[in-house]
Amino acid sequence: MDTRGTRSYLYWLYCQFELITCSYLMEPWEKVLFYTFNVAMLLTLLYTAYAFLPGHLGTALQSLLQLFGGQQDNQHVPVVK
Amino acid sequence: QKNGVSNGTLYKKTFVEHFEQAPMYVAVLTFVGFGVGTIFGYLRDFMRAWGLEKRNIAAEREEQKDFVPLYQDFENFYTRNLYMRIRDNWNRPICSVPGPQFDLMERVTDDYNWTFRFTGRTIKNVINMGSYNYLGFAETDVNALKTVTIELQKYGAGVCSTRQEMGTLDKHVELEKLVAKFLGVEDAMVFGMGFATNSMNIPALVGKGCLILSDELNHTSLVLGARLSGATIRIFKHNNMQSLEKLLRDAIIYGQPRSRRAWRKIIILVEGIYSMEGSIVRLPELVSLKKKYKAYLYLDEAHSIGAVGATGRGVVEYFGMSPDDVDVLMGTFTKSFGAAGGYIAGKKDLVDFLRTHSHSAVYATSMCPPVAEQIIRAMKCLMGLDGTTQGLQRVRQLGKNTRYFRRRLHEMGFIIYGNDDSPVVPLLLYMPGKIGAFARRMLEKNIGVVVVGFPATPITESRARFCVSAAHTREMLDTVLNALDELGDFLHLKYSRYSKSSHPELYEETRLELED
Repeated sequence: MDTRGTRSYLYWLYCQFELITCSYLMEPWEKVLFYTFNVAMLLTLLYTAYAFLPGHLGTALQSLLQLFGGQQDNQHVPVVK
Repeated sequence: QKNGVSNGTLYKKTFVEHFEQAPMYVAVLTFVGFGVGTIFGYLRDFMRAWGLEKRNIAAEREEQKDFVPLYQDFENFYTRNLYMRIRDNWNRPICSVPGPQFDLMERVTDDYNWTFRFTGRTIKNVINMGSYNYLGFAETDVNALKTVTIELQKYGAGVCSTRQEMGTLDKHVELEKLVAKFLGVEDAMVFGMGFATNSMNIPALVGKGCLILSDELNHTSLVLGARLSGATIRIFKHNNMQSLEKLLRDAIIYGQPRSRRAWRKIIILVEGIYSMEGSIVRLPELVSLKKKYKAYLYLDEAHSIGAVGATGRGVVEYFGMSPDDVDVLMGTFTKSFGAAGGYIAGKKDLVDFLRTHSHSAVYATSMCPPVAEQIIRAMKCLMGLDGTTQGLQRVRQLGKNTRYFRRRLHEMGFIIYGNDDSPVVPLLLYMPGKIGAFARRMLEKNIGVVVVGFPATPITESRARFCVSAAHTREMLDTVLNALDELGDFLHLKYSRYSKSSHPELYEETRLELED
């Protein structure tokens, strides 16, 4: 029963996508072209996120910690040489 | 007693108009839809230009390619690429009288709306929400059309002449006297075509050196007449009396553009009900403005004559004003009287002038007698001269239907434009993809609607326009409303943020049942 509800909801979402982006009006080959383009963009986005996001986040976190760490060093530990 | 109400004494009843704006994401998504459509339009044009796809539009011959181009390709970009895809929702041929229900000829397309073919079947009893049949006079009842058949047998169908030559029949004289009596003016003149009444008579009334102040959303017939006349045209914002007053003041203070002379005539062109918005003109303020600045008023009551007012006499009666306040009363017989043609009414001097100087009187064929008789019988019915109260009942039924329909649509959560008393109900659709989907699905449910998009409306505000009729029964309206409810949920059209609870009557009914 729940799958029926979710399926009809997903179908409704798909209809909304079709109506908003005018793919409801397109001929079948145009739809294929449009969906291929969209799916390709989505996959590229996901792959870029998977490949680069951890690295970028790690570097960002490191530099943030350095910033805070540097501040702490300057405040609490006077440099005595 | 209310404090701080502007023009509080001018309006005898409350003037409620709605022009709700949809949430911002709707406009954004509409532009997304148009963007995708445009990109694919460019793609298809590219394919057509390079021969990868068959060209279905008009093109020049090979030998003429070096000449000045006959067909400017880009101008029809929108028509070719967006309109063609949903073209099957317009120009649908009907094969019965356009009453509250009608029959449609079924047609299919094999090549995505470039060509159509008829299957030979008819779709029967489609509920008609698109015809301008406000009072339900588009009928085939034999008793109602008795006088029309008699006149048809007496005069035939054609007139074969213009008004000034041999086309003025006794039927026209009778009709003109009746129209003048109906409206409460001195005299009237009738013409064979409503559009031509506007476009051919405005050039006769104004010329060079005159100023025309025309509403932003005026009908094409008024715009054409104004342009043909050669007068200077200035546009004021739709139904906005402050904008109009500013223009009037500037006109009187500064005069004509270079010579600074006074304008020969200042005329204000407005409509009674605007058919794309459903809004009613602010007549009391307009008349007080025109009296203050000594301008003339031309009121086009195409959609409001017969449809508003306590006895169907138009916006002048709706606001409780006298017809002497308006200088030129124009209207058409196409909408509320189930016939064809237009009239111009006013003082006797004005109408006598038009009889000699109007282009329509000199060159256009006059109204044919059976049509004139249909108008006469409809008007007599409205005025009560045929001995029954049927006319008044029709006007009251139209008012009831209008209020019920608008109230239910508001409660459901659709965005509706216009005044609460106007029988023209535009329902906003916004996105181009939904225009085609809406019209097709309504036809599948056996309801015929008119949808309008760009360029008749602003680009983000495409709409479906319903015309409520006195001939619609409560059951028909309920069928349409239930279908709209379903379709509104499926297409996600209920954008209104002010909707009240839907179906309050249903809860009351079940309460009564439980009590038993």
